[in-house]
Amino acid sequence: MKHTPYHQPNSSEEPHQVLTASQSSAAVHDPHPHSRSKLQLLLIILTYAVFITLLIAPLLQMLLGAFQGGWGSALASLLRPESLHALGVTAAVVGVVTLLNVVFGVWLSIVLVRGGWLNGFVRRLLNAIIDLPFAVSPIIGGFMIVLLLGPQTIMGTLFANMGVQIVYAFPGMVLATLFVTFPLLIREVVPVLQEIGTQQEEAASMLGAYDWTTFWKVTWPSIRWGVLYGVVLTIARSLGEFGAILVVSGNVMNKTQTATTLVYQDVENFNITAASSLALVLVFSSIILLLVMEWAKRHAGRKGVH
Amino acid sequence: MNAVLRYRGALWGFRTTLLLYVFLLVVVPLGGIYAQSFYGGWSTFVDSLMEPLAWQSVALTFRLAIIATAINVVIGTLSAWVLHRYRFVGRTWLNSLVDLPFALPTAVGGLMILLLLGPGSFVGRLAESMGWRIVFAEPAIVAAMVFVTFPFVIRAVQPLLEEADLSEEEASYTLGASRMYTFIRVTLPRMRPGIVSGAMLAFSRAMAEFGAVVLVAGNIPGKTLVASVYIFGEIESDHPQSAAVVSVLLLTLSFIVLWAIHWIQNRRKSS
Repeated sequence: MKHTPYHQPNSSEEPHQVLTASQSSAAVHDPHPHSRSKLQLLLIILTYAVFITLLIAPLLQMLLGAFQGGWGSALASLLRPESLHALGVTAAVVGVVTLLNVVFGVWLSIVLVRGGWLNGFVRRLLNAIIDLPFAVSPIIGGFMIVLLLGPQTIMGTLFANMGVQIVYAFPGMVLATLFVTFPLLIREVVPVLQEIGTQQEEAASMLGAYDWTTFWKVTWPSIRWGVLYGVVLTIARSLGEFGAILVVSGNVMNKTQTATTLVYQDVENFNITAASSLALVLVFSSIILLLVMEWAKRHAGRKGVH
Repeated sequence: MNAVLRYRGALWGFRTTLLLYVFLLVVVPLGGIYAQSFYGGWSTFVDSLMEPLAWQSVALTFRLAIIATAINVVIGTLSAWVLHRYRFVGRTWLNSLVDLPFALPTAVGGLMILLLLGPGSFVGRLAESMGWRIVFAEPAIVAAMVFVTFPFVIRAVQPLLEEADLSEEEASYTLGASRMYTFIRVTLPRMRPGIVSGAMLAFSRAMAEFGAVVLVAGNIPGKTLVASVYIFGEIESDHPQSAAVVSVLLLTLSFIVLWAIHWIQNRRKSS
């Protein structure tokens, strides 16, 4: 945080500090330069109001909703066989998707930044393609897979003949989530690779081509925080994926139902306590992921950009 | 592993696999949806679009997404500015909390808003006694959109503020400009690229949002049925044609927004 010294109102060793936006004017108009101006106070209160109404109040309301009928009923609805099964399916999808995204994401990032065999046009094209899933509504992401691999399509029939069901089954859910989370890791790793440059790698692989040893000894140590950050984003997104999964999975209880689609179904059935208690598990996972994200951000020495 | 990597054939295989992966995962499905929407020719495409429920849902989504984006521009710019400039109790906490809507499942976000503003809640009862309807009406849809897209503007503006040079503002004050004048003429222009690209991202996300909206909208056709929920309904009732047409409309709009953001960022980099 290189700007910190400018904003410490009480740091006397910093001669520039009186010149920050709020304080320079305060120094002119206010006899007490260290007290907050009214405007400053108002803005801070306004910001708090925004955060409380938009983020904190809904969180608290959710906590209340889950424990409305006491601990017992919250726990009971959490331990229903269908909600345990749904959590299991979610965990499986998250695991497979994260693994695939790490392998292909890191590989693709290295090719995008370092691959000398790509000419400029292909590189720009790949770069644009990678961002496309960001622009696609999750519902449409799921719909695309149904259109392409659904039971009535050529591909779907082909796979069905081989005994593999894709849509309304696990593979389809993985595909849908993979599509939605595809850019997250790449967009974290590519800037890091660009920043560190090629000098070290070139020194490491003077004699041969870019190889496995160069990757593990030189590239990996510098990108691992970026990868971790990308992994956390991927887990958060695939844990919470709803629209794409809903379309592709068919939402069959105890079969293809995930935690988020069960929350949806519980709300539709006006079973608010059950929905809230399951949602609370997701909220806690998200908060843990958020904390890991903060920690990774600090270690990677990066600002909150993504 | 090194020996394998150096072998030319294997290298070619790896490269093909990688390009094929991207192609099959992203390009083919997107192509499929455009193909499906024009399956019956141009006239069927127009017919599906002229279906009142279809274009009404798109128009509704567009209007509400604009409102949500405008709200986010105001509260996002305010929050980014305050979090960057002032030091106060709980600042780091609030800064970490910004990412919460990104980390939370959207369906959970929808449930939260339903619980907070719904008929059984304090706010819901208050609004009802005043004759307003929040949940299963437009205000709740806007609230869901604002919640889900809250981090975009803040996270786009913050880096610009961090790299900003304070000397410009100092010069402005030294020359006798007022606080308001300096903010409008010096600080705001510097934040503008971030506000614009953050707003565009928020807008395209709000247009596409499904999970949070479906739970609070009530989904009354022609009234509170947004585009993504309309598409979902058409898929469920086995009308892939009309679902594809509305999808293509939404997709094209998002692609234009995405391209515009890239354009703005490239222009900024080169200048």
